[in-house]
Amino acid sequence: MGMTMTQKILAAHTGLEKVEAGQLIEANLDLVLGNDVTAPVAIKEMEKMNVETVFDKDKVALVPDHFTPNKDIKSAQHCACVRKFACEHDITNYFEIGEMGIEHALLPENGLVVAGDVVIGADSHTCTYGALGAFSTGVGSTDMGAGMATGQAWFKVPSAIKFNLFNKPSKWVSGKDVILHIIGMIGVDGALYKSMEFVGEGIQHLSIDDRFTIANMAIEAGAKNGIFPVDDITKEYMNEHSTREYIVYEADEDAEYDEVYDIDLSKIKSTVAFPHLPENTKTIDEIDEIKIDQVVIGSCTNGRISDLRVAAKIMKDKKVAKGMRCIIFPATQAIYLQAIEEGLIETFIKAGAVVSTPTCGPCLGGHMGILAEGERAVATTNRNFVGRMGHTSSEIYLASPAVAAASALTGYISAPAE
Amino acid sequence: MKAKGLVHKYGDNVDTDVIIPARYLNSSDPKELASKCMIDIDEEFVNRVKEGDIMVANKNFGCGSSREHAPIAIKAAGISCVIAETFARIFYRNAINIGLPIIECVEAAQDIEAGDEVEIDFDSGIIHNITKGKEYKGQAFPPFMQEIINKEGLVNYINSK
Repeated sequence: MGMTMTQKILAAHTGLEKVEAGQLIEANLDLVLGNDVTAPVAIKEMEKMNVETVFDKDKVALVPDHFTPNKDIKSAQHCACVRKFACEHDITNYFEIGEMGIEHALLPENGLVVAGDVVIGADSHTCTYGALGAFSTGVGSTDMGAGMATGQAWFKVPSAIKFNLFNKPSKWVSGKDVILHIIGMIGVDGALYKSMEFVGEGIQHLSIDDRFTIANMAIEAGAKNGIFPVDDITKEYMNEHSTREYIVYEADEDAEYDEVYDIDLSKIKSTVAFPHLPENTKTIDEIDEIKIDQVVIGSCTNGRISDLRVAAKIMKDKKVAKGMRCIIFPATQAIYLQAIEEGLIETFIKAGAVVSTPTCGPCLGGHMGILAEGERAVATTNRNFVGRMGHTSSEIYLASPAVAAASALTGYISAPAE
Repeated sequence: MKAKGLVHKYGDNVDTDVIIPARYLNSSDPKELASKCMIDIDEEFVNRVKEGDIMVANKNFGCGSSREHAPIAIKAAGISCVIAETFARIFYRNAINIGLPIIECVEAAQDIEAGDEVEIDFDSGIIHNITKGKEYKGQAFPPFMQEIINKEGLVNYINSK
């Protein structure tokens, strides 16, 4: 019996010819990531370990992106702790305000992750890099501390679910709609402890940004990781962003999968996840008039340049609905700058939206866009749990940038007009 | 090792955002985190919980964010063990890594009710519902994870290698 793509990467990082689902391994790590919320706890744990410094100063990434620019004194203390650690241990990939971006957009953009890597990050959306054909997964702070100290992490080798994608998505349907459709189908624990492998001729119609979005939300189905095979689109992205050598792994023909789903991308419609779980999905044509108070476009899920382009296309020469608050946050400084150069930011500001510096703030109810009692938001983010963006009675509807932008204009959950 | 206490019961998909909302993550102090534990789904939990109590939930407990602050808050609140039908994978790792005992047991998770008095024997995996006079068998850990648990967390495990 053969191995899945994920199993092959894990085997190679364990020095084994072969691994099987359920096997416990200690794998070598290519990168260990933390942010201003999780790294301080990891640093404290690492200091309890019998090591002088990190296993490799080039293979640790510290990105203060959650409560930055520092939202209060306590957050500032956390950031100071990360900064001090980065300085003391001479961490190459520490990103200060100004070069900082949302970690899962920032690391690939800086070429820090390539195909074939094994990456852990003390942030659940670390699974994003599966878009590049890497094994990457979210862990907690103690795992991050141990990873920084030893360069290794323990894993139970996952089994996998195969998603065979075919045909071309229709206009306005994006990676976000594909992953919301899948989560709606299998549920928030539908891939618990497993890999989600996205394959098939349909992936040629998914841009690298679409793939980042899909892999990013694998965790919302409970998955350990989401992963795409490496094709010309992946190679073009890696060649543009990284000087590191990549290794292409392919699943064996006889790899075993727990389940296989065939998904016709041309049949997927714009999809919205209703409160309070990402699995509560409805297609846009099933939704009655739902009034919205705030629209949020951005995050590690949908804050990339193609997301902003779609939103700008819809909002060009139009105005945000009266009483609507529309917040747009590009995921990195480079994306922000590109959006300025392409005139997208001008479009947003003229439409009456506000544009924020890169931060995770609004997505997790940290700062920069908290919801009041009973308010509703359409957000291109990844979670619509109770209280995620603010008051426990507020509601979050997860959607694509296209639906979010269209909703900002009408004040109701809306499909983009033709 | 054994745990014994009264049960606080929750349903499916209890996410780490309700276990400890992000607005309190500007602190990493266990006591401070414990004082806000479960606040968004059960405001009274922090007043009701007693040292040694047990948390029981249904499917996919601890889904969502990887914040280790969630098991830290639960442990610091006094909870001695969490029983669930299934755990989200990052929460599962985090609990083992910080030494918060957890047990997967579908039957126990479905049968045990809030306020029941429950005793857990970690060596045998037997969960005894004293109130209902019933016993359930929890899922045993693989030896590798048991070793981390025996050493009360990943830090000690690594230091002992």
